[in-house]
Amino acid sequence: MIREITIGQYYPVDSVLHRMDPRTKLFGTMVYIVSLFLADNVWGYAVAALLLAVVIRLSRVPVSFMVRGLKAILFLLLISVSFNLFLTDGEEIFRVGFLRVTWEGVRMAAFMAVRLIFLVMGSSVMTLTTTPNQLTDGLEKSLGFLKKVRVPVHEMAMIMSIALRFIPILVEETDKIMKAQMARGADFESGGLIQKAKSMVPLLVPLFISAFRRATDLAMAMEARCYHGGEGRTKMKPLRYARRDYTAYAVYAVYLGVIVLTKFV
Amino acid sequence: MGIIKASRLVFDYIRRDEEENIEEVDRAIDGLDVDVEKGSFVAILGHNGSGKSTLAKHINAILVPTEGTVWVSDMDTADDSKVWEIRRKAGMVFQNPDNQIIGNVVEEDVGFGPENIGVPTDDIWKRVDESLEAVGMTAYRYKSPNKLSGGQKQRVAIAGVMAMRPECIVLDEPTAMLDPNGRKEVIRTVRELNRKEGITVLMITHYMEEVIHADRVIVMDEGKIVMDGTPREIFSRVDELKGYRLDVPQVTELAYELRRGGADMPEGILSLDAFVESFMAALSGRRAGDRGVLTPDAGDRNAAAEE
Amino acid sequence: MAIRVEDLTFIYNEGTALEQRALDGVSFEIPDGQFVGLIGHTGSGKSTLIQHLNGLVKPTGGKIYYNGEDIYSEGYSLRQLRSKVGLVFQYPEHQLFEVDVISDVCYGPRNLGLPEDEVRQRAEDALRLVGMKEKYWEQSPFELSGGQKRRVAIAGVLAMNPEVLILDEPTAGLDPKGRDEILDQVEKLHNARGMTIILVSHSMEDMARYAERLLVMNHGKKAFDGTPREIFRHYKELEQMGLAAPQVTYVVHALRERGVDIDEDITTVEEARDALLEVLQRA
Repeated sequence: MIREITIGQYYPVDSVLHRMDPRTKLFGTMVYIVSLFLADNVWGYAVAALLLAVVIRLSRVPVSFMVRGLKAILFLLLISVSFNLFLTDGEEIFRVGFLRVTWEGVRMAAFMAVRLIFLVMGSSVMTLTTTPNQLTDGLEKSLGFLKKVRVPVHEMAMIMSIALRFIPILVEETDKIMKAQMARGADFESGGLIQKAKSMVPLLVPLFISAFRRATDLAMAMEARCYHGGEGRTKMKPLRYARRDYTAYAVYAVYLGVIVLTKFV
Repeated sequence: MGIIKASRLVFDYIRRDEEENIEEVDRAIDGLDVDVEKGSFVAILGHNGSGKSTLAKHINAILVPTEGTVWVSDMDTADDSKVWEIRRKAGMVFQNPDNQIIGNVVEEDVGFGPENIGVPTDDIWKRVDESLEAVGMTAYRYKSPNKLSGGQKQRVAIAGVMAMRPECIVLDEPTAMLDPNGRKEVIRTVRELNRKEGITVLMITHYMEEVIHADRVIVMDEGKIVMDGTPREIFSRVDELKGYRLDVPQVTELAYELRRGGADMPEGILSLDAFVESFMAALSGRRAGDRGVLTPDAGDRNAAAEE
Repeated sequence: MAIRVEDLTFIYNEGTALEQRALDGVSFEIPDGQFVGLIGHTGSGKSTLIQHLNGLVKPTGGKIYYNGEDIYSEGYSLRQLRSKVGLVFQYPEHQLFEVDVISDVCYGPRNLGLPEDEVRQRAEDALRLVGMKEKYWEQSPFELSGGQKRRVAIAGVLAMNPEVLILDEPTAGLDPKGRDEILDQVEKLHNARGMTIILVSHSMEDMARYAERLLVMNHGKKAFDGTPREIFRHYKELEQMGLAAPQVTYVVHALRERGVDIDEDITTVEEARDALLEVLQRA
């Protein structure tokens, strides 16, 4: 079940989006998120949906992969939708006990759902078309100015990149340890909250130990390959803007403009 | 002097308590001398805890000697200013394939080393192409390491080292976590690098079949070198090897057993072909005369008679 | 008739693009007290198969009976089954978690809800069974050597008092002597206690030495089922499956090709030694 988390997973095909500079994609994702909160009517969301559809098409990643990322936020989605649905003042449609459902609530809940779904799908497009390394490269370079105020940008980017690489490995490991303890009669499902928390100890201790062992091994392997921080390091894939990136920035500008216009429709 | 040399090397693992007082000293390497010739393929055997891995980590300056000296290409590993140069010249491949791959894409991982030592971009690409080609992983360059088999991951790790253009590769049980096919894959790759590119190889292993092609076999026990010679020389001392918790390939053991049973078999047989030829020779020798008692324990009796 | 597997099929990610048939119509029966070797290259379905045998995975199709009872039927206690069919995973030392050795071994029996004195008794028995001396019992399992950790982990499964013990590559990563020690221990359990053993290993030499019967898996299907002698006769087919026979088998076949009169079914060094000495004697 935990295997299905797709956020942060790269889908290896060749497309315009894959070849785009990660900074362009990062900025684009930010623009998109901002636009989702700017838009406040059906027209705005229609434009956002159109852009998303075009981008997904361009990415050549199957839509099913984007949708799968939504599972991870299902709970969050449910909560925010119900909050908006029940706690918005306005013209009442019906009432269940102290919960009132209003037209405004339905509208807000629908917009909230659309926002969240688009937000996750939009960011999935970025993570699915950008290798975590490119992504961290992009972040490192975009935030490079922070180095001047002694923020360890390179180190943070490296940590992120490594974390992303080890997530699937640790997920698999969790699955294995869980099964191994179940073979020793462990029960991870029944019992109350305290019982459940206690039953996690035989899972968490081995997992931590394994994570530490991997970390030590990896640190040694990195050192053996002459890693010594960001200083004097060159890049195999240095970031360079190409024409498609300038085009993308132009598209962002136009898109934001259109979104703002829809507010006056 | 060879490419790697250790003189009176001692290494202690020191455990300290909270007040930094020495709690326990564990001597992992105990006065070891070794000299490895450039371009050779050296296999290091020894049971778990015999000090092999500790020795390997000295060659890459991950550990520095408690006493004695280690030189790599005439550079003292204790010299801080040479550390990166040493690590570039003596690359290292570890046991767990998952815990040494840093990149999220094969080619990016291979490029990691050259990036660290500041190789210009165009040159990194050239090196990555060459290294992937040398280990036969070019077809997988855009893949995620998580999607590869164990043997393929180890080949990526080897490519990552090759991209630093090393003179020597130290492999610390690179096949321990692999299945037989993965093991063959890795050994074939390493042998090829040794023969074609002239890379000096130091390989630690527990699998005896993997060392029969080495130029030299070193056996370690309790932090010392206890046997040192060609595979043939080493594998003719079957009992001694077993005493060090090691094993021999089945053909070697069978030839040894036959010899003990009184058959005229040479010592240190390592391959199937050598065994078959020797046995056929022994058989025709028997047919030509020269008869004696042959029983499984004739050797023991002969030995007893000698005493 | 301890374990009966009928037409077992398991499909990963059914209905998606990543669909993968890990097991495909596998059937066999393992009687009580047999020492079975399970071989197959990586990805042949061995690991998936053994996880089915103690109910850790639910099959896509097919049935498994333990002592005549369908383990996936409603109301069948899988936890009870897991105490009867012990499964030692690969690198089992990675599941150790307690502060000392004895507590870790107690984990399994305690999960069975046994009284505390019996839990302790079983743990002590299990530790003795794997040859862990009493002086180690109060130590942290993380301070032991690799081989010792593995024994403790195996004891952790043995303390459940299983009737069947499944081991997934119990010798991986150990040195040659360590490998022999673990396997000798397993053989002792089989001989002394009549325990049914299912051993997964890549070492054909070990299989020839210890197993009474071999199951060969290939692409999710059962490819061969028979005694090691019968199986290793098919060494050419085994090679096509990415497997091999013991080196001795190759010696025997090469000698036979050169006209030496020797039984083709020889699979161990001892047998080969005796047969070849006899050949020389006759000459």
